Parts: sequence; structure tokens; C-alpha cells
Amino acid sequence: MANRWKNTLRERDVTAEAQFLNRRQLIGGVAGAAGLGLMGAAGGAWADTGGLEPNSWEDITTYNNYYEFGTDKGDPARYAEALTIEPWSVRIDGMVDRPGDYAFEDIMARMTVEERLYRFRCVEAWSMVVPWNGFELADMLDMAGVQSGAKYVAFETVLRPDEMRGVRRPVLDWPYVEGLRLDEAMHPLTIMATGIYGRDIPNQNGAPLRLIVPWKYGFKSIKSVVRVTLTDVEPPTSWNKSNSREYGFYSNVNPNVDHPRWSQATERRIGGGLFAARIPTPMFNGYEDEVAALYNGMDLTEKI
Amino acid sequence: MLRDRINGAARHVPVWLVWLSLSAPAVWYVWLGLTGGLGADPIEALEHALGEVALQLLVAGLCITPLRRYLGINLLRFRRAIGLLAFTYVALHLAVWLVLDVQIPAQIWADIVKRPYVTIGFVAFLLMIPLAVTSNNLSVRKLGPSWRRLHQLTYAVAVLGAVHFIWLSKGFQIEPLIYLGVILGLLALRVRVPRRMQRARVGS
Repeated sequence: MANRWKNTLRERDVTAEAQFLNRRQLIGGVAGAAGLGLMGAAGGAWADTGGLEPNSWEDITTYNNYYEFGTDKGDPARYAEALTIEPWSVRIDGMVDRPGDYAFEDIMARMTVEERLYRFRCVEAWSMVVPWNGFELADMLDMAGVQSGAKYVAFETVLRPDEMRGVRRPVLDWPYVEGLRLDEAMHPLTIMATGIYGRDIPNQNGAPLRLIVPWKYGFKSIKSVVRVTLTDVEPPTSWNKSNSREYGFYSNVNPNVDHPRWSQATERRIGGGLFAARIPTPMFNGYEDEVAALYNGMDLTEKI
Repeated sequence: MLRDRINGAARHVPVWLVWLSLSAPAVWYVWLGLTGGLGADPIEALEHALGEVALQLLVAGLCITPLRRYLGINLLRFRRAIGLLAFTYVALHLAVWLVLDVQIPAQIWADIVKRPYVTIGFVAFLLMIPLAVTSNNLSVRKLGPSWRRLHQLTYAVAVLGAVHFIWLSKGFQIEPLIYLGVILGLLALRVRVPRRMQRARVGS
């Protein structure tokens, strides 16, 4: 059951970057003219109009945080080629009816791949807009059959010291692990991305498949997933283990709760050059209407 | 001997050449930033590049005394230029952060007050101001022995700079720790063992 969610922006028939570029010029002209009047006055207006023009393939694939290949933003693009992504399989285990190693091809054969144009907000206060191709995580979980007692989903990134030069250093406790509450994982916005701009997702972006949870900070969207475990206890997450004061389990994009080292009120959209203006960060990264109900009754300043 | 050759060569290097060559990275990075050569986020790249050169210049400045004391290599002539260049790079680093990165005045102040790594970096910058202002012959003459004491603030500036780097890094990263290690090592070389203790050690 795919296609549960549609982009509110009418950019659905998009595939090639060239098409995007044509449109961008149009949008840029309109947004630029409107911006003169709107800038400073209404923050929200930005995100809903010109705000969702996608970043270039170049920006998306050369500016990455994937510490298994090094801590510099350019390292993943330089070194991730070493990662072997064929063959690939995902072990789905824990509280599922059909646990096992699922070959990537078999998963793809059973999933419906869609285009999703999402904002991507890093905890470091920069952002991009990425035209992902992928399938809903809910469909993959249904494939394995989630048992009724399951409450959380744990994810694990591949760990291959021979192919990942960054893991020789103890920057984090490898392998990288992440987790979601089951309702977050089953939400139609949550996808496993397998492509960008209609092309296979490059290694530096988390090939062959990575999680995308667009209302959470980027580090939640774990890359190159090899294991998905259904569980009834909150799973450990890498950045939380590294620094629990700064990174909570939920890590929802929230302009009102600052990271101890960065204000989260604003962000810089990548691609604007040396004089890019900061733009306001919307609650839940602009997906408040879709996901706020997941957190009813939760104190989001407490549960970071 | 190598030392004499270095000293001899250094005597022929005009100080303005040090100024020129060490200013080049700043000009180069700004040029790259303006022409799209610094990648997807030129603001971050420029900010980090300027900060790192500043830290390297602080380390270079701290090397001058130990080089002379332990190896007899005399580069004292260049120390003022290196110090003032370090200050210039710190000032540019701060300017990029203020104007291009944070942009919003209220947020700039909030960051300085609320974020320890920013506070530390900013304090280091403030400590460098009196040093830059007194980096001229007149001040050296007027201040006399207190000039030396004042300029020992450099030690604090370098340590704060390295801690600033460690603190802003995510996860456990080696490079900023190496800077701190080198700086602490260079400071340790300045600790003079008191005469009596030296003699005691020889005697034992």
C-alpha cells in the first residue's frame, strides 16, 4: 500500500535535474520578487513557496555527513566508492512474523518506489531540499509482519573497516545505530530512499538504501541499512550514546529547543553561496500538519 | 651545520615576505568562496579554513622561543608578523561567523553568551586585542618588562583556541586534540626548571 502521502507542492512528475533547473529559474524569479516584500515579515511563507526548490545533484552528493568515511563534508564523496553495495541484504528480525535476510533485489521487487521531495534539516543548522526516490518503510515492515507487541524499530548501518576508512577512528561507537518509535516508523512520510533525482542513490548518500524521516534532524535518517530490528524497548542511538545531553532519542526538528551548541531557530539552505541568508526553521521541519499528532501530550522540550 | 644555514637564510628573508606569503591563504580562500570554489557550503568552509590557519599561526608563534632556546634557530624577527597575522585571521574568522554565518545580531549575542565554545573563542579574540595594539616598537619601549608579561597572554589564547576547536567538533575527533597536545607541549618547553632542582638531579 504505497502512495499514502503526496507532496503538497505540485512537483510530482519530476525526474531529471534539468527539468528541475528550468522550473527553478521560474520559481526563483517569482520568489525573488515576492521575497522583497515578504522577507523578515513572514517566516512561514518562505518554506511553502520558493523554499522547496531542490538542491542540485552536485550539492546533494558532495556535501555529506557520513562519518564512516571521514568527518569532513567532502570525505564521503571522496571515499565512499570503496563500499561494495552488491550484493546487499537487510536482516529484518526481532518481533516479526517472517524474520530473515532479505536480498535488496527481492525487497525492491515488492516495493513501490515513489518520488518524495523533502526538506532535509541537519542538526548543524544547514538544510537542503532533496528529490528522493524510495518506498515507505511501513511497506517493508509489513513484508516482514510486525508482531503486536513491537513498539520500536532499531536500525543498523553496515560496518566494514576494510571499505570504510573513517571507522578506524573512534569518532562514534561503530556501527552506527538509530531507532524510531513504531508509529513514527509506520508514518507515511517515513521512507527508505533508494534514489535521488531518479538515479540510484550514490554511496555517499547511503546506498543502496537509507532511512529518511523528514521531520527529524538528519542524523536520524540512518544510511546503508543492513539490519532492522523490531523491539519493545527503546533502542540505543549512536549520537545519544556519544552525547546524551545534546542528542535525544526523538530529535524532532524544533526551532524552539536549541541544541546546546547551535541555535535551531534558523537554518542556512545549502546552495546559496557565500551570501546565503538564514531562513527560519519551521516546527517539525515543515511537516507539523502531518506528524504533530504523533506527539500529543508529550513535552517536546523535555523529550528532545 | 644545518642550524647556521637556516639562520643564515632567515637573515635574508625580509619580514614583508612573511607578511605577503602568510596573507596569501586568506586572499585565496576568499577568492575561492566568491567564485564557487569552496563547495556546497562556502560559508562554513571559509569560516573553518580561516580558523584553522589562525590556530596554526598561533602554534608557529609559540615555536619561536623553543626553536631558539633548544636548537639555536633564531626566527625572532618574524614573531611580530606571525602574531599580528594570527590576530588578523582570528578577526576574519570572527567576521565571517558574524556577518556571513549567524547574520542575526540578537542571535550573535545569544551565541556568545550561551554557547561555551563560542564564548571561549570570543574571549580568545578579546585577549588578542591588547597584544595586537602593543605589537610595535613604541609599546615595547614604553611598557618595558611588563610588555613581556602582557604578551604571555598568547599562551592562554592558544590554549583557548584549541579548546574552542575541540568543543565545536562532533563526536570524538583526533585533529583538535593534536592541536591542544602540541600547544601544551610547546608551553611545557617554557617551564624553566629551577637551578637548585637541576643541581639536585645531576647530583643524584
